[in-house]
Amino acid sequence: MSLAIRAEGLVKHYGETKALDGVDLEVPEGKVVGVLGPNGAGKTTAVRVLATLLRPDAGHATVGGHDVVKNPRAVRSLIGLTGQYASVDEDLSGTENLVLLARLLDFSRAGARAKAAELLEQFELTDAAGRAAKTYSGGMRRRLDLAASLVGNPSVLYLDEPTTGLDPHARNEVWAVVRKLVANGVTVLLTTQYLEEADQLADTITVFDHGRVVAEGRPDELKRRVGGQTLQVRPTSARDLDVVQRILGDLTGTRPTRNDDSGLLTAPVNDPVLLSTLVRKLDEAGITADELALRLPSLDEVFLALTGKREPEGSLA
Amino acid sequence: MTTIALDRGARHGLSLAWRGILKIRKNPEQLADVTIAPIVFLVMFTYLFGGALAGNTDAYLQMLVPGILVMNILQASMTAGVQLNTDVSKGVFDRFRAMPIARSAPLIGAVLADIVRYVVCILVLLVVATIMGFRVQTGPVELLVAVGLALAFGLCFCWASVFVGMLLKTPQAVQGLMFVLIMPLTFGSNVFVGTSTMPGWLKAWADISPVSLLADTVRGLLNGGPIAGPLTGSLIWMVAAVAVFFPLAMWAYRKRV
Repeated sequence: MSLAIRAEGLVKHYGETKALDGVDLEVPEGKVVGVLGPNGAGKTTAVRVLATLLRPDAGHATVGGHDVVKNPRAVRSLIGLTGQYASVDEDLSGTENLVLLARLLDFSRAGARAKAAELLEQFELTDAAGRAAKTYSGGMRRRLDLAASLVGNPSVLYLDEPTTGLDPHARNEVWAVVRKLVANGVTVLLTTQYLEEADQLADTITVFDHGRVVAEGRPDELKRRVGGQTLQVRPTSARDLDVVQRILGDLTGTRPTRNDDSGLLTAPVNDPVLLSTLVRKLDEAGITADELALRLPSLDEVFLALTGKREPEGSLA
Repeated sequence: MTTIALDRGARHGLSLAWRGILKIRKNPEQLADVTIAPIVFLVMFTYLFGGALAGNTDAYLQMLVPGILVMNILQASMTAGVQLNTDVSKGVFDRFRAMPIARSAPLIGAVLADIVRYVVCILVLLVVATIMGFRVQTGPVELLVAVGLALAFGLCFCWASVFVGMLLKTPQAVQGLMFVLIMPLTFGSNVFVGTSTMPGWLKAWADISPVSLLADTVRGLLNGGPIAGPLTGSLIWMVAAVAVFFPLAMWAYRKRV
């Protein structure tokens, strides 16, 4: 599969701070790669380098086969940029913002108007088309942001923390839009502090910390690699907790975690086959369970394990 | 090829100037500092001090209007830096820069849109002055030349503002510094009073300040009188301002964005 974005050994220093400290990144065409990391991990710096806004101190990167430093103009004609650093003009209306960008992309006057109307319709902003962007709600603003980044029909889209600060409803709206774009073949590089967002949208996740890639893989691979799995059992009757705890302990060779309030027993496992063994043993003991599951660790736990830090503030989990 | 590139660059600059003009139309209060403030000065100085300074208010008005015009243009040109800084801080520029357009297009657009500000400022001032009794003593050609010179003056000195605007972090900081620079520059001149009663050090500066020289030129053009001397001085200042601040502004701009 050909790569839309390929970065090798990207380095960017700000004085003593190493915003990027040798980052490699590959994004296959038509895929969504999520860059996950806390504030200051270098996510935005990476996007800015790949969007030709910043020259790397070392390393190189290509987008659609064009070098971001040697041939920025070719890169710019392929990309769309949206997020915390590329915003719309708050004083201008939705239509005016989009017409301006279309004119800058050499649309004719009529063509620019048509493109703006089409995008506003697509993003359900037609009713607000004539209002200044500063009167928009957070979710509407992000939709306009996304529309603005799509004026030039980009084949590669950078979404830099597209849902930071949005309420869950607005977040879902943005996610739906991103999924639709991906279905149309757009390649997406998504940065986020939200583990759930990467899990929801990304085909693969790259975890950044201190300007370095500390892990990458499919969401389920990452989860398996880091935390292993856990068995969870909630006996129907709290009287059975002691028996089940013993069975689970014997089976896994560990001391299961017991929560008397929720009646939930949890134990780490290495072998998924243990689930069926547990079912049989419970059956033999005549115990029924309300909940019985083999669970992958959440991305929060993955993040903690990979970076040695609590998940970043404002997690949606 | 080059012609096409120039053509596109100009068109992009014009599109971005259209944005600036839309912004002025939507936020006419942004023009307050360069329309209302000078009118306040005009009214206050004319009626409070005019009689004392020039014998009667009508004579003072004829002297004051050209000076306020220059002060007005200088103030209008100084907002360019604040505007650009706001755009950069808010991330609007990043969107432009990630597009396949000339890097200088946003800057050209901002400066072109500023011309509209200057014209609005001059028109408002001249209308109010006329209502107060100011009359152009010469002719329409002289008036047009005076307006043209004022516009050129603004376009030359706006690079100082762009430079500061690209150098400082926040729009507020830019605004603050520009205010501190503008006040002594406009008051330390012959705009409001003649320089003959000033202490020597101040008179020495006020006599050669760009504000005084252009004010004298405009007085000559609108009231009749010698213009060659002050015009030469004004032009030297304008060329010097561009020679010094344009490269600095471009350097700071490229460094910043």
